[in-house]
Amino acid sequence: MMKGLTNWRLFALLTALLVFLSGCGREEISTLIPAGKVAQDQFNLLILSTIVMTFVIIVVSVIFVLAIVKFRRSKLGDDMIPEQVEGSAKLEFIWTAVPIVLLLILAVPTVYSTFDLADVTAMDSTDEEGNQENLTVNVTAYLYWWEFEYPEQGIVTAQELVVPTDERVYFNLISADIKHSFWIPSVGGKLDVNPENVNKFYLEFDQESSELEDGVFYGKCAELCGPSHALMDFKVKSVDREEFDQWVASMQEEPEPAADALAQEGEETFANSCIGCHAVSGAGPAGMPGPNLTTFGDRNRVAGFMEHNEENLKNWIQDPQEYKPGNLMPDGQTNNGGEPFSEQELDALAAYLMSLSVEE
Amino acid sequence: MDLNKRYTAQSWPDHPETATLEGKNKFVGFWLLLAAESVTFASLFATYLALKDRGPEASEFTASGLFELPLVFAMTMILLTSSLTSVYAMHHMKNHNFKAMQAWLGITVFLGLTFLGLEIYEFNHYVHLGFGYTTSAFSAAFFTLVGTHGAHVLFGLSWFIALMVRNSKRGLNMYNAPKFYLAALYWHFIDVVWVFIFTVVYLMGVIG
Amino acid sequence: MSSLAQKKGFGAVIWDYLTTVDHKKIAILYLISGGFFFLVGGLEAMMIRIQLMKAGNDFLSAGLYNEMITMHGTTMIFLAAMPILLAFMNAIMPLQIGARDVAFPFLNSLGFWLFFFGGIFLNLSWFMGGAPDAGWTNYASLALASEGHGIDFYSLGLTISGFGTLIAGINFLVTIINMRAPGMTYMRMPLFTWTTFVASALILLAFPPLTVGLFFMVFDRMFGANFFVVEMGGNTIIWEHLFWIFGHPEVYILILPAFGIFSEIFAIFSRKRLFGYTALVFATILIGFYGFMVWAHHMFTVGLGPTANAVFALATMIIAVPTGIKIFNWLLTIWGGSIKFTVPMVYAIAFIPSFVAGGVTGVMQAIAPLDYQLHDSYFIVAHFHYVIVGGVVLAILAGTHLYWPKMFGTMLSEKLGMVTFWTFFIGFHLTFFIQHFLGLLGMPRRVYTFGADQGWDLFNAISSLGALFMAIGVIVLLINVVITSVKNVRVGNDPWEDGRTLEWAIPSPPPFYNFAQTPLVRGLDTYWIEKMEGNKEGMVYAEPIGDVHMPNGSIIPLIMSFGMFVASFGALYFQDDTKPWALAVLIIGLGITFGSMLVRSLKDDLGFHITKEELLEDAKRGGNTDGLK
Repeated sequence: MMKGLTNWRLFALLTALLVFLSGCGREEISTLIPAGKVAQDQFNLLILSTIVMTFVIIVVSVIFVLAIVKFRRSKLGDDMIPEQVEGSAKLEFIWTAVPIVLLLILAVPTVYSTFDLADVTAMDSTDEEGNQENLTVNVTAYLYWWEFEYPEQGIVTAQELVVPTDERVYFNLISADIKHSFWIPSVGGKLDVNPENVNKFYLEFDQESSELEDGVFYGKCAELCGPSHALMDFKVKSVDREEFDQWVASMQEEPEPAADALAQEGEETFANSCIGCHAVSGAGPAGMPGPNLTTFGDRNRVAGFMEHNEENLKNWIQDPQEYKPGNLMPDGQTNNGGEPFSEQELDALAAYLMSLSVEE
Repeated sequence: MDLNKRYTAQSWPDHPETATLEGKNKFVGFWLLLAAESVTFASLFATYLALKDRGPEASEFTASGLFELPLVFAMTMILLTSSLTSVYAMHHMKNHNFKAMQAWLGITVFLGLTFLGLEIYEFNHYVHLGFGYTTSAFSAAFFTLVGTHGAHVLFGLSWFIALMVRNSKRGLNMYNAPKFYLAALYWHFIDVVWVFIFTVVYLMGVIG
Repeated sequence: MSSLAQKKGFGAVIWDYLTTVDHKKIAILYLISGGFFFLVGGLEAMMIRIQLMKAGNDFLSAGLYNEMITMHGTTMIFLAAMPILLAFMNAIMPLQIGARDVAFPFLNSLGFWLFFFGGIFLNLSWFMGGAPDAGWTNYASLALASEGHGIDFYSLGLTISGFGTLIAGINFLVTIINMRAPGMTYMRMPLFTWTTFVASALILLAFPPLTVGLFFMVFDRMFGANFFVVEMGGNTIIWEHLFWIFGHPEVYILILPAFGIFSEIFAIFSRKRLFGYTALVFATILIGFYGFMVWAHHMFTVGLGPTANAVFALATMIIAVPTGIKIFNWLLTIWGGSIKFTVPMVYAIAFIPSFVAGGVTGVMQAIAPLDYQLHDSYFIVAHFHYVIVGGVVLAILAGTHLYWPKMFGTMLSEKLGMVTFWTFFIGFHLTFFIQHFLGLLGMPRRVYTFGADQGWDLFNAISSLGALFMAIGVIVLLINVVITSVKNVRVGNDPWEDGRTLEWAIPSPPPFYNFAQTPLVRGLDTYWIEKMEGNKEGMVYAEPIGDVHMPNGSIIPLIMSFGMFVASFGALYFQDDTKPWALAVLIIGLGITFGSMLVRSLKDDLGFHITKEELLEDAKRGGNTDGLK
């Protein structure tokens, strides 16, 4: 038993060390590095509950360790018959009452926060001129990508959510097919994206994503939705209000035709093979079968999770199933009318897509 | 247990259904089964209420437009009466009057069959109106709830008939008395469930 | 029917087990099949951990990974943990209350065979076009979208095995209500019997909603109904409600018997009566009661609204109180006792910190706003494995060692048992402790892979390493079982020497009629009372020795269950145009089931009697003969 205990201590120590060494994870995605009011509230609850629970664990551990050290038969002798105690009403009262008090400490902020985080009454409030006071984003989840529509601004984007910092952003969530769940760990907890009803909540983004190593926050689908559930990622760019307004303005402009020759060639191919599913205008429309590609050149990833380079893009276009099994995008051969895209066509498409940008 | 032991109305116990350990076990076990059945029907009712009148966008079927009370009211009366006749049958079972018990059970079965016939007629009528099982979520919930009850009626009837035929020659004994009792108990349960269906599905459907 | 103590051939033994209605043999059947499925589920777990060993691994494809997690969860819950607990309930509970068998021996056998065929049916999916892949929770929108027949195997298989469990639940309830020996009042029942009682009540009320949900799923997928089809007016949240109205009590169905086993162990190996027996009983009942009022805490992120979330959050927190009462009463049981560190006891000791860790993370997740972060992340994976493995599996391992002598008449090796304990225990914490942090670092559950850029590599590698330790522990246990069986050293009535309850007063294994004379129970821990008063026989009797009535064996339960098995294939392929025979198979299968039900109903089956003389003769031979029937 003694040997066992040393094992246990060593193990605990090792674990603690490991946790310490790897810190709190990446700030793009860790709930332990909150980057907004909602995540901060939840983090505070985490700390509060951890403190209360640590107290419980300490009390139990002390009694536990004392008991198994003091009352071993090897110490007491084989013939010892302990007194057959029935119980104690006083003790029962104590260990009923104390936990209730501890739970009350947790219950009050729980109830407060539950109502606070669900408060979307300001969603529809308008100023004197009838304009919405707060930004609302309609999020639609598809197998396996995300569409973000800004109804008031009349623009649509996909895969990369762009939001202003330091203000509440309200979200309407609905699924176009099956159930998903919308989660940006470092900004706030998740909310399910159901097929039958719109779910509403808000988030606040207190940090500009350009300060992050990767330049974006990571968003996840948190509800099993099929083979590529693990790859149903999206990214979040948080910018200050001014930059956000600029971004909206350039999204609202008519897209410019491609500039260089290769990209022009790609645009033609795109018009023949891709435009049926993908819009390339910030005006949308929303609800296309494939993600809106207006900002493709500005994005952080290809298909939401692969490194943003032409190589990955070309591979993806030619054979999407290979990279995101179960997704609904037809392969290159189907899109190209029976022939796989030639290397030249792929280069052109990639050049065109990478040129799609609304940022300066 | 001795099957050959002959009972008279005097030597027959007051509660033959619980006079043996086997009988007692069956008695308690069956009540527990009915508890589980109640939860089953509660789940079906909850689903029905959640899906009531729900259908594809163009669907015109609603409870208030579809259901007609006269037929359902007649069905309710028939089933309630059959519950009463099964009470008479059990009264005679406890008095060790086998013939009278069989007769009242026969009437119960007849009423149950009538109920089932009317239910089939009713379902058939809906299907002819275009309200089939696959029409909408509402139709699935309705047919599943009422149909599950119908399946219980069918099972109860088969149970009664099997018991009546099996024991027609040998009369009552301590081995089959609990079986008759439980079949009758099951029949009451079916009746109670129907009262809820009548209220929740039909009355509330037509009125509200 | 004088067939005691005959030497039997292999075929006769097999036939005996196929037709047995003896609760002790059915217990062995449950243990073997549950143990088998435990190994299958463990293998699936190892596959999962290998896949997640490093970023971007391609050991399993995305689709196969989803099948693996679905089958791991489903198998472990429905086909491993519950049946193994049912094995202990069957083996021990009737002995603890001084009964000769359960209330419905025939139904006991039927319950087992339904579970068995349901489990086989579910696992056949691996070989017949793919296993279910929508998670063990089988959320409706994903399940309806799933191609192939995997989900159909899930719904039909669980329906069948669910009927089996329901039957077992009713059976135990009636047994405890009606068949306690004289003097065995409710407040003298051993804790394991109490937890069996409450868990059975939960089975009774929790399984019907699941069955209804599964039927909806079957009708939607196979017969064109629209319960969950949103375009047709259906609603997928109904599935979530039905599933969790079952699913939460299910957690208590698993953990309460585990509590029961540990309660027995603490008392036995501390040589001390349970501290606060009454409080423990009422805590058990309260936990069972609250278990039905908290299901929506699995659905905090569904969007039920703040009022529902707040109410369910508070209701959930309350459960911590009776659970805490239990923990402290156990601690006070060993306090002042004389602790002997046998293998069952070290499991029980290890259970306390493990389960407390799982419990406190449970309370953290009851805080609804915090749960928005923790839900569907690896934090929840860590939490429920701490509860299920740290509670239920440790109890199963402890119970296996504790009750092995009573079930088989031999002792598992303590030395190898300790090896299993340490490897399993260390592996368990290594695997799951770190997963709390993976969740906090943003890793969602049920992901088949993760990028190297997410910062989760190291912790996943550690977790996979831990799983290896657990696997080694289980292998050592298997070796232990083989060695013990080969050595076959028989033990007496009370092999642990400090037994307190009735099962330790009779031979190991007990004779097929359990008690030649029904015992008279004179208090809590009745065997302990007799021992302390120097009663060599360990029992006082409530009746003189006389004829004993026993039920006949029957093959009908097996045939009835087989009929359901056949019918399921018919339902499975019902809408498949290439298989026109499906309807015929469905009808034949149901025909077999209802036909055998009719035979059972019409054919008198009155059992048989063991005469007084046979009992006396049997007692002379030591009393632990293995009768034919």
